[in-house]
Amino acid sequence: MSKRTYERPYLRKLNAGLGNKFGTRHSQLPVTEIDGVPVASIMEEYGSPCFVLSEQTIRQTYRNAVRAFGTRYPKVQMAWSYKTNYLNAVCRIFHEEGSWAEVVSIFEYRKALGNGVPGNQIIFNGPDKSADDLRFAVQNGSLIHMDHLDELYQLSEILATEDLKARVALRINMDTGVYPLWDRFGFNYENGSAWTAVTKVMAQPRMQLVGLHCHIGTYMLSAQAYAVAANKLCDLALEIRNQYQHRIEYLDLGGGFASGNTLKGSYLQGSDVIPTMDDYAEAISGAILQHPFGMSGELPTLFLESGRALIDDAGYLLGTVLALKRLGDGRRATIMDFGVNLLFTSFWYEHRISPAQDYSSHHEDMVLYGPLCMNIDVVRENVSLPLLQKGDRVVVHRVGAYNMTQWMQFIQMRPNVVLIDTRGQVHLIRRKEDVQTLNSQELTPAYLEANKGS
Amino acid sequence: MKISQNIAISENGFLFNPATGDSFSTNDTGKEIVRLLQEGKNQAQILDAMEGLFATDRASLEKDLADFLYMLGNYRILDANTAQSR
Ligand SMILES: Cc1ncc(COP(=O)(O)O)c(C=O)c1O
Repeated sequence: MSKRTYERPYLRKLNAGLGNKFGTRHSQLPVTEIDGVPVASIMEEYGSPCFVLSEQTIRQTYRNAVRAFGTRYPKVQMAWSYKTNYLNAVCRIFHEEGSWAEVVSIFEYRKALGNGVPGNQIIFNGPDKSADDLRFAVQNGSLIHMDHLDELYQLSEILATEDLKARVALRINMDTGVYPLWDRFGFNYENGSAWTAVTKVMAQPRMQLVGLHCHIGTYMLSAQAYAVAANKLCDLALEIRNQYQHRIEYLDLGGGFASGNTLKGSYLQGSDVIPTMDDYAEAISGAILQHPFGMSGELPTLFLESGRALIDDAGYLLGTVLALKRLGDGRRATIMDFGVNLLFTSFWYEHRISPAQDYSSHHEDMVLYGPLCMNIDVVRENVSLPLLQKGDRVVVHRVGAYNMTQWMQFIQMRPNVVLIDTRGQVHLIRRKEDVQTLNSQELTPAYLEANKGS
Repeated sequence: MKISQNIAISENGFLFNPATGDSFSTNDTGKEIVRLLQEGKNQAQILDAMEGLFATDRASLEKDLADFLYMLGNYRILDANTAQSR
């Protein structure tokens, strides 16, 4: 007699209480493939954990955003937000699709140049730009988005001593009716700082004020907030035209569009509550088009720096069950080989996790821990998953944004990252780190080296 | 190890404890273990029997059985005093 397939014993108490009117939602099917490539084969070749990016999803998501805005507004230019995911292969896909680069440090700036972005298609944002950074960016003809007055004065000095001219924009922060109000970046609209900054730039013969910029927050659940922001930028642009007979060439509405992830504590699934790209596009385009910019040739170009909404869906993290245990209070705990070291976003998202192999209909509630010997390493505080066993594989969804830039080398090394191209070929795009990667950066003082092993 | 008297378990893994009024659901493996307990088998005998029935290794069986017995004890399906004893 052949033996029966084994599933570990399971016992769940049935509660005859109030029913959950939303039902218990389980991800119904195992995820055994990504873009037609078996998850198992990727893990066999590239190890576990391993990040996977889908080129097809990146391009589809990007094209959907371009369609949403392009069908509503005549002049739209995307600028890829490097900090969201600055793996060169990812950036190059966005650039191939027509995206410029939006960077917030000289390191990102150099990456953009390395990816073939012309200097005049780089937007340089952020509060940290040194004199050298500014000089370099101005020489390259980049768009300098100023964050504070100290930067404005510093730039003015550089331009005077070096006999240079700069194309600049001002970052404006404002009340859009949503909380929290992001007022730490740029110049405040309501208290008049923004207008003061405008007058200071307009007084600088070597600065050409070409744009107005805002980035009102991230994972914005209200499309309407963008209409408020667009209205305020338009009012400012028209005031500049009236007072100075000067045309603002572009309005940069930043990023912040939500991805389909579920925020912690949210009652409903993220994908059920977030606005669509069309909702955001309608709010922004509708607001700008209502302003009297005159002939369509006079309309400012609309820049967008969307990050997470364009890349989250394209990223997956593959991992393996290390161990199972029972906690003191009876809860089931599952220990995975990936934790907050790789999934920084698990601090605010309840990431969807699917088993990568077949399973029975039984599910159990569990806490999902990462591999770090640190109490903070919790991937999901409470998740219902099938009866996982040691060695089982899982797929974490929507991890493309911020994880491959905010990951930490802490206790564990960063793993391989692969890209599945549009023909289903798998390419290694970032090699996993090892002890050599780290040691290559360290120096041991000679006197300690001499005493080695003594 | 003693399983509480009158524990009823159905074909499809529905388990009822008349002493407390609690009901539970379990899977095929759980059902098998409860049956073996009802036959008065001890932990080692259960392991031997399970090894003959299921395609898996002894280490997994041992680990999972210990956890299952702990849960049975927790829910007072196993006599609490005997649940942890060998
Ligand atoms: C200036 C700026 N632009 C764009 C982005 C991208 O934001 P998101 O990923 O929310 O679209 C950010 C992120 O914080 C930002 O600071």
